[in-house]
Amino acid sequence: MTDVNSGPNMGYAITDRDGLDDAPNHLLVGTRKGLFVLSGDETRTAWKLHGPGFLGHVIQHAMVDPRDGRTLLVAAKTGHLGPTVFRSTDLGASWSEASRPPAFESGDAHGRAVRSVFWLSPGHADEPDVWYAGASPQGLFRTDDGGDTWAGVSGWNDHPSWGEWAEWPDVEGTPDGSMLHSVNIDPRDPRHLYLGLSGGGVFESTDGGSDWVPLNAGCAADFLPDPDVPYGHDPHCVRLHPQRPDRLYQQNHCGIYRLDRPATRWERIGDNMPADVGDIGFPVELHPRDPDTAWVFPMDGTDVWPRTSPGGRPAAYMTRDAGETWTRLDAGLPERGWMTVKRQAMTTDSGDPVGVYFGTTGGEVWGSADEGATWSCLAAHLPEVYSIEVA
Amino acid sequence: MKVRIPSPLRSYTGGEAKVDACGSTVAELLTDLDTRFPGLRFRVVDEQERLREHMIVWLDGERCRDLTASVEGLDEVVLMQALSGG
Repeated sequence: MTDVNSGPNMGYAITDRDGLDDAPNHLLVGTRKGLFVLSGDETRTAWKLHGPGFLGHVIQHAMVDPRDGRTLLVAAKTGHLGPTVFRSTDLGASWSEASRPPAFESGDAHGRAVRSVFWLSPGHADEPDVWYAGASPQGLFRTDDGGDTWAGVSGWNDHPSWGEWAEWPDVEGTPDGSMLHSVNIDPRDPRHLYLGLSGGGVFESTDGGSDWVPLNAGCAADFLPDPDVPYGHDPHCVRLHPQRPDRLYQQNHCGIYRLDRPATRWERIGDNMPADVGDIGFPVELHPRDPDTAWVFPMDGTDVWPRTSPGGRPAAYMTRDAGETWTRLDAGLPERGWMTVKRQAMTTDSGDPVGVYFGTTGGEVWGSADEGATWSCLAAHLPEVYSIEVA
Repeated sequence: MKVRIPSPLRSYTGGEAKVDACGSTVAELLTDLDTRFPGLRFRVVDEQERLREHMIVWLDGERCRDLTASVEGLDEVVLMQALSGG
């Protein structure tokens, strides 16, 4: 870690005391203008808002390390300054900046430079200091020292097919830039990885990232002249179930899917959603113990793609049978609302019943302590919410 | 010579708005700054040695985006964020 730009808080205090308080539940809320923290009581119905820390910084993702419960990584940039990663090893009491943030190699063949660190994933439980970061443009980076120094995963960044797979140059780039996201690590094997490109598709590696293959059969790509292609799709969020690692869920630009390996063809479980709601959205979140249960937050993908709540009636939808049927969950949400929820802005906790949380681009955070049966607004008037993670 | 530091970068300089630095080009100046204020340079210059889109350097009152530009003979270099964002 750098010596100068470090030390207690760096002016980046995320709470009104040193780091996270002793509340039993915390949510890290990354926004376009800083990092907020919500502290919740045992019931997860009373929440207190702290922050902002990093005021004015664009916080794409903030995450606690589930392996030690104390390390926080924050993917940040500002409107003017380049991207970086901040790290705390004491739950936010003090911060340091990565001494070597994620960056492509100097002299990179594609001339790539990281514009933003978009996604953070803690590594395998057996590799306690390993994290992966996804970037825009679509680079994959890895740290072996808990976030201090990062290096490109050459097997991905320099793959001979990268120029075909990735959305580069950003001629038709995703808003805010094409990004690499959804780095999923198989809990049975640290060398078995999945990632998502928006746009570009889902890719799999079985050798620790040295080589990759597309994994998109069955997914629609309605925005391509030939929709039957091996890659070029637009996964928005891909989640691997920790208790059944052969099961993947995907919220795609074109539908909701499930894949049970070793099969290689995704099944469009979003076809079972109500026709007037559709199956377009950004996040998909999983029950930590039940591989058949997942939540999505549908958005309008018709006409000019407003990507707000269909019909102006916000709701989450839940399946308890792996996508065969879906239940509307809107109790407590406003009857009228045009919410947009980004791909990292929905999450679940490990409680029983499971807590479900989402944040909107309109700066609201909503939560449910009963698996989505009832919702309440935990915070409002925040900047645009980019990410929510349980800490 | 003196380098004026804009507010977004003062977390690196301990709050100092004006610091000393050595070098014959903008790039060298930034490298020198980075030795004393680690991390500053990467926030200003990307890994392909391009000045970041929303940063700007002023040399003798002239806007400059060329990192190879000479700063020899100048008393002061102004590092500044561009008028942008929202």
